[in-house]
Amino acid sequence: MKSIADLKRMREEAKKKMELREGDKDYRVVVGMATCGIAAGARPVLNALIEECAKDSYNCVVTQTGCIGMCTLEPIVEVFDKNGEKTTYCHVTPDKAVRILKEHVKEGRVVSEYTIGQYQK
Amino acid sequence: MERLQVLICAGTGCTSSNSADIAASLEEALQRHGLSEEVKIIKTGCFGLCQKGPIMAVYPEKVFYCHVKPQDAEEIVTEHFLKGRPVQRLELTDIDEVTQEKIFDMSQIRFYAKQKRIALHNCGVINPEEISEYIARDGYQALGKALTEMTPQQVIDQIKASGLRGRGGGGFPTGVKWQFAADQPPGDKYVICNADEGDPGAFMDRSILEGDPHSVLEAMAIAGYAIGANTGYIYIRAEYPIAVQRLEIAIDQARQLGLLGENILGSGFSFHVELRLGAGAFVCGEETALIQSIEGKRGMPVPKPPFPAVSGVWGRPTIINNVETFANVAQIILRGADWFSAIGTPKSKGTKVFALGGKITNTGLVEIPMGTTLREVIYEIGGGCPNNKNFKAVQTGGPSGGCLTVEHLDTPIDFDNLVALGSMMGSGGMIVLDEDSCMVDVARFYMEFIVDESCGKCTPCRVGTKRMLELLTDICEGRGTLETLDELEALGQKIKDTALCGLGQTAANPVLSTMRLFRDEYLAHVKEKRCPAGVCKKLLHYSIDPDKCRKCSLCARNCPAEAISGVPGQKPYVIDPEKCIKCGACMETCRFGAVLRR
Repeated sequence: MKSIADLKRMREEAKKKMELREGDKDYRVVVGMATCGIAAGARPVLNALIEECAKDSYNCVVTQTGCIGMCTLEPIVEVFDKNGEKTTYCHVTPDKAVRILKEHVKEGRVVSEYTIGQYQK
Repeated sequence: MERLQVLICAGTGCTSSNSADIAASLEEALQRHGLSEEVKIIKTGCFGLCQKGPIMAVYPEKVFYCHVKPQDAEEIVTEHFLKGRPVQRLELTDIDEVTQEKIFDMSQIRFYAKQKRIALHNCGVINPEEISEYIARDGYQALGKALTEMTPQQVIDQIKASGLRGRGGGGFPTGVKWQFAADQPPGDKYVICNADEGDPGAFMDRSILEGDPHSVLEAMAIAGYAIGANTGYIYIRAEYPIAVQRLEIAIDQARQLGLLGENILGSGFSFHVELRLGAGAFVCGEETALIQSIEGKRGMPVPKPPFPAVSGVWGRPTIINNVETFANVAQIILRGADWFSAIGTPKSKGTKVFALGGKITNTGLVEIPMGTTLREVIYEIGGGCPNNKNFKAVQTGGPSGGCLTVEHLDTPIDFDNLVALGSMMGSGGMIVLDEDSCMVDVARFYMEFIVDESCGKCTPCRVGTKRMLELLTDICEGRGTLETLDELEALGQKIKDTALCGLGQTAANPVLSTMRLFRDEYLAHVKEKRCPAGVCKKLLHYSIDPDKCRKCSLCARNCPAEAISGVPGQKPYVIDPEKCIKCGACMETCRFGAVLRR
């Protein structure tokens, strides 16, 4: 390292790797990963979310949970905002998952057509 | 893609309870389930809650597991990492006093809630063997700032203004120390980090070096820039192998990135750090003895002045700071003197790390703002004495310190308050004693330590402490009289006045402090030949109450010395005092409370 600019550059790169440990994100994206979820295809959904987050910067953490209770609607993805308000998406696919990130997490617009309320109509 | 980071404590405490095996079992289980790409295992420094070790934390969910065993790995991986159901039986929990609900959030658990982590801010958060993680948390930015934006004098002024005082025990203002060395004529100067942590039960410095070695290296380079030194020595005892290894890795990585060595960050300033391994002599924590040891001589103190800032290692101006002192420096440079001096009490700024040990529920490492009361540390963070025993005293300052008792519980902890109460801050060991601890025995323990560790150079310490130990042994074994107490006090005072170095001058403190605070216990030993806490074996007498004895023979069968006789079902049992070794096994086994101890 030759200068303080080099050091700052290295810090920015290193920070990306530490992101998982620095809490306080605006959104928490939770994938139901119980047996029912996995059988319905939750794993590719989770992978798609994580890969998309690595490609672009999203203000969220991606994590997983157990059975949400509505096994017929799996894969389920829940998005919690800072106030704990929850939006539940059901029958999510990898493509839908990426769109949820792009619209809901990045722009704050709920993708209403994927939500559980829409499904039940 | 990585989605979970699992931080496993690899400090000395958790390593000794096999945290390395847990990491290996987890890696294997991850491989079996094809999750190696998604879950990363990271070994970190001490989390602080050593009592509950081995400890691991899972991010980003912030799930905190304690008492983990290698055989738990499979369950953690299948249940938690695969299916997202944290293994509740391993989770660290606390009960909220108001709502009576379980608290799972790490930062709200009482052990952590009262703490403020400055010196330990990276411990248990980063991988100490990976310099990029330190850099990600603003590591080496303070060095960069000092080298490019500040003059050496400005650095010293910042440290002075922050009010930082030496964390090794003395509490000397760090900035003033640096100024003395900086004011010496230019030429070779040295920066020494004193990592010769020797107080029984203290492990603050070890934990910092194991958990965040770069914070010390960075601060040493800043100190070097401030006083005009290009060489630093870390004097560390060889009995800290993990800390030594992590320091070696850290020095190597910093050198490769050019953060140590020649022309750091293109500033023209060069700084090299070398390790010096000590053989573990307590006296080598005394700065003049430490310098002798670094120079390859026998570690014995020499009279001051001249002070090391004028004539230290190789006869050149030298500053010696403790590990924890250094661990604060980069933070002060980065966040400013005002930020630091806003924490703490008027005369003691910042935080202090304590190693909690002895009769306390949460043994471990805590960092609290100066001015926190002893009650908060012992009851709220430490969880009080285990088994519902009554708190009796806390010993601070190790073999140089003294005791604080129940009446001192609400005193705010800082350098001056502790000295005023006849103890001292010391390097930060806090040994909690409960009703089952005998204060005379405690004083004798510390005196034994001093007798072992006295270097023998000056007579008061070499001979005087040995005599004090003999007097204390007399008291513990029933040969003491009231005169013994007077003699002990007079001798202690003389050693205090005449010994050459800090070790001898403070050697009598534990005795004098316990004599002042627990005079009645000393009197019980010498007048009634009785040990109220039931510790001093020579003063104990076991007997069996014939009325309560049910003649079951259990005690006789458990006596290792065959000192109990009787006939099952017919004759009450009796203890032969000649044969009794006073182990207390009979008392523990008797189900009817028939065994008496006096």
